[in-house]
Amino acid sequence: MSASERSVLEGEAPRAGRGEATRARAAVKPTAPVRGPDDIITLKHGAGGRAMRRLIEETLAAGFTDAAVDGIGLAAMDDGAAIRLGDRWLVVTTDSHVIHPVFFPGGDIGRLAIAGTVNDLAMMGATEVLGLTSAVIIEEGFRREELERIQTSMLETCREAGVRVLTGDTKVMGRGELDGIVLNTTGVALADAVVPDAGLGPGDRLVLTGTIADHGIALMAARRGFDFAGDLRSDVAPLNALIRVALAAVAGGVTAMKDPTRGGVASALHEMAQKSRVGILIEEPKVPLRPEVRAAAEMLGLDPFQIANEGKALLGVRSAAAEAIVAALRAHPLGRAAAIVGVCTSERIGQVVVDTGIGRRLLAESEGEPLPRIC
Amino acid sequence: MTPEVAVAGETTDLRFRDPARARGLARALERLCAEIGRERVSVMHVCGSHEQAIAKFGLRTVLPRRLDVIMGPGCPVCVTDLPEVDEAIVLAEDGVVIATYGDMLRVPGTTRSLAEVQADGGRVEVVYSAAQAVELARDTTDQVVFFASGFETTAVATAAVILDGPPPNLSVLSAHKYIPPVMEIVAEMPGTRVEGYLAAGHAATITGWGIFERFVERHGIPVVVAGFEPLDILAGLVELVELIRDGKREVLNAYPRCVTRDGNRNAQAQLWRVFRATGGRWRGIAHVPNGNLRLRDEFAHVDARRRFAIDVRRLWTQAPPTLAQLCICGDIMAGIRSPKDCALFGRACVPESPVGACMVSSEGTCRIWHQYGGHPDLRSLSPHDSDRLP
Repeated sequence: MSASERSVLEGEAPRAGRGEATRARAAVKPTAPVRGPDDIITLKHGAGGRAMRRLIEETLAAGFTDAAVDGIGLAAMDDGAAIRLGDRWLVVTTDSHVIHPVFFPGGDIGRLAIAGTVNDLAMMGATEVLGLTSAVIIEEGFRREELERIQTSMLETCREAGVRVLTGDTKVMGRGELDGIVLNTTGVALADAVVPDAGLGPGDRLVLTGTIADHGIALMAARRGFDFAGDLRSDVAPLNALIRVALAAVAGGVTAMKDPTRGGVASALHEMAQKSRVGILIEEPKVPLRPEVRAAAEMLGLDPFQIANEGKALLGVRSAAAEAIVAALRAHPLGRAAAIVGVCTSERIGQVVVDTGIGRRLLAESEGEPLPRIC
Repeated sequence: MTPEVAVAGETTDLRFRDPARARGLARALERLCAEIGRERVSVMHVCGSHEQAIAKFGLRTVLPRRLDVIMGPGCPVCVTDLPEVDEAIVLAEDGVVIATYGDMLRVPGTTRSLAEVQADGGRVEVVYSAAQAVELARDTTDQVVFFASGFETTAVATAAVILDGPPPNLSVLSAHKYIPPVMEIVAEMPGTRVEGYLAAGHAATITGWGIFERFVERHGIPVVVAGFEPLDILAGLVELVELIRDGKREVLNAYPRCVTRDGNRNAQAQLWRVFRATGGRWRGIAHVPNGNLRLRDEFAHVDARRRFAIDVRRLWTQAPPTLAQLCICGDIMAGIRSPKDCALFGRACVPESPVGACMVSSEGTCRIWHQYGGHPDLRSLSPHDSDRLP
């Protein structure tokens, strides 16, 4: 259930440049009605945390029950839907992408749009993609050259993932009516078995396919013009080939999957723990984290667990299969840093405990966009 | 100008995060508490960064059960009072650009927060430093108000910007707070259990540890200045509990690699040239004499409160700020009462719309109680489940 990349890190994304967006805002007449805190949509409602989940449950998903769905429908709030087709599953997912800046270290909105949808399919266990759709909404004044670069990037990412765009739609809107460009991609794929978010059981191990927080920190640095030492790059990548390897390593070995995008690993873990009715214990020293990303996060007062990833997966695996699956992941170029990072418990149901190596803490679920703190 | 951010250095220095040494210090604390022999030993820290580190590294689970480390009024953002937030909101509603630190966005005013004003079209920009607010003002002809929060450490940076001659369209709305007076308040609260204070190392780099000598003299309670790495905090606690055991009333500097007796005299001079200490309310705590830092008359031209006629009363027509007066955060912080004693807790005061400082902060006592139904004890998860990973 993802909708927008905009608030991947923090609410001010669209205004970070302080350029046109700010000027456009100047025309907005400030109003001061007295309202309850949730009467208007704020950026926290799109940040992948609790506020967003509640909004969707209370409004957008309200009234849609899965009673008549043979498979996984909207109410499950999974990465996508799955409909039974004979003895296989048709998996469908859709994702809209807005990101600032459109081109960022390690990728661009085109790569993100393809990888994001391919990954949502893969997280359901559907790695054989039948095709994608691509809908584009462009702001008047957008440069054709940039559109071409985005198209090239989409094409390259499709090749990398072995997928095709089958159909699309294009709209242009007036200047100031949206921020640059919005891409929506929908994907359909077939799966022999669906891997839900809710499949974790006590004793299952949690596996991360690589380093965390690379995407969000790279974006933050790019938006803010921070000149951090070290190479901060987004990890955006299509994961279907990597997930195929993990699924094939041990039959039935993977019990749950989630890509920790907005809201980061913290949101993904909470969702999996709550849906699966287990507790989760994470060993922080085992969580792959690049030193420069750790340092940048500490400087900004951000928790890497709450920062977005676009090329990583969080897998629940049976304990007996864990080593074999990690070995298979590590043999793939996108999984070299894969590691077992935690275990499911039958205590503290729905909660995530982090062993820091020194002590233990409860991992906070992200509330909304993580904001840098001064205190 | 690109803000240069160094990433090397102390923040990633793993020497101060060594688990084995942490366990050694935890054992020392256990021993000291046993020697004291009382059922409970209570100390207080007065710094958001200490609580952050304690929470982040899970230090509470390695502390002796009988050692109570109370989180004092140490988060400057959380103690920013309603009228201060309201002033910024009124300015933003009137079309002024508000530049402020990220965590100020969620702090509730009387009717809403700056984040909500932003969602409604108000111009609220997140900055990481006072210098960035200057840049923001240079990039525009609009009026920019730097809504400045933080203790004396951050106030020094604000002072430097003001002394530097900021652009004419920049002014400062100071919500800066000064820590020493609130320690006096807490020490004088009737029924307080606090037997020692852990003072914030970064503030002390400015003020020097000498500033606490008078406090110790007056209240007969030891103070230890500590840094922010896990081992800094544990070592500081060991020193503090040792002073308590020995009945010594003195100041100890457990952060000598950064803090001196006199502190940074230049920074102090800058701070007091620009700011004066005045009394004011700290959210949910008390009126704190000399607890607020406000601009001196000499700097009236950069004081947003003088530049603009800010009438916050228009926000109060529908929701008078009476809730805050029912808040018992001060007592909760002092360890005198618990969230369940509060009439607002879980009803009018919830994480989504907090009233008091303890609910604003993600590490606040009320927030943690609300989320987990009390302070969870994470020391033991069953051995079967918490088996060390391969």
